[in-house]
Amino acid sequence: MAFVPPARHLLRAKDFVDARYSEQIEVADMAGAAGLSKAHFSREFRRTFGESPHHYLLTRRLERAAALLRMTDWTVGEICVSVGLSSVGSFTPSFKHAFQETPTEYRTKQPSAALAARVPSCVLRTYLRPQTARFKKTPS
Amino acid sequence: MIRVANAQLWVHDQEEALEFWGKKVGFEVRADITMPELGGFRWLTVGAPGQDDFSIALLAIPGPPVMDENTKKQVENLMAKGFAGSVFLNTDDVQAAYEELKGRGVEFTEAPSERPYGIDSEFRDPSGNTIRLGKPTV
Repeated sequence: MAFVPPARHLLRAKDFVDARYSEQIEVADMAGAAGLSKAHFSREFRRTFGESPHHYLLTRRLERAAALLRMTDWTVGEICVSVGLSSVGSFTPSFKHAFQETPTEYRTKQPSAALAARVPSCVLRTYLRPQTARFKKTPS
Repeated sequence: MIRVANAQLWVHDQEEALEFWGKKVGFEVRADITMPELGGFRWLTVGAPGQDDFSIALLAIPGPPVMDENTKKQVENLMAKGFAGSVFLNTDDVQAAYEELKGRGVEFTEAPSERPYGIDSEFRDPSGNTIRLGKPTV
């Protein structure tokens, strides 16, 4: 059997988080993805990547939450649930700790998500055309 | 340098499409903003985790006043026949992806099979769009 470096198993745990952070997964699930006991996994993950698996999972979720705050009109509660967190009460302080602003404050300081929407020209031409203006015929 | 930013698929129901691409295919939302001032136009895009510079726009067929009824019907007919457009996805392990997506309820029209160019499979989204999922080896 070919030798597989231990870091390859740990990378599986990272890939697992990157793909499934929106689900109700925890460090024990990450350890399962790596095929290691939770205690051994946590030690080796921290030693290899310089951060705890819990920190990696949480920051992945917070980074995604920040992106959704910038690019959608979803409520803070909807965003919290969509990134795999169950409590707005704990999401908000975690977000503030990471970004030095609450989710609402962060969103308020960003450009509106509507500015980045690539609206088709046919939609713009239809809805931005004046509807009620009457124009007098220009005398020739 | 010009690069591809978005591909677009027509969908019958954007909420249903979001559920499909998010929960079943495993893509993440890149943008979701509804603009009441533009007749409720909703810019909804999804993308593969880790592939940040490309996303698929899931757009509802606008209908009047943007598209007349006849044109809207033509688009819906093309979708019903599976000819409205497609995207091609790649993955390292087509068989594993096939089993995982099938387990989540994705409707496959072709199981993975060997082709001259690699391994390929096909599934449909809820609107009938065909999506290829494969691993090219050439």
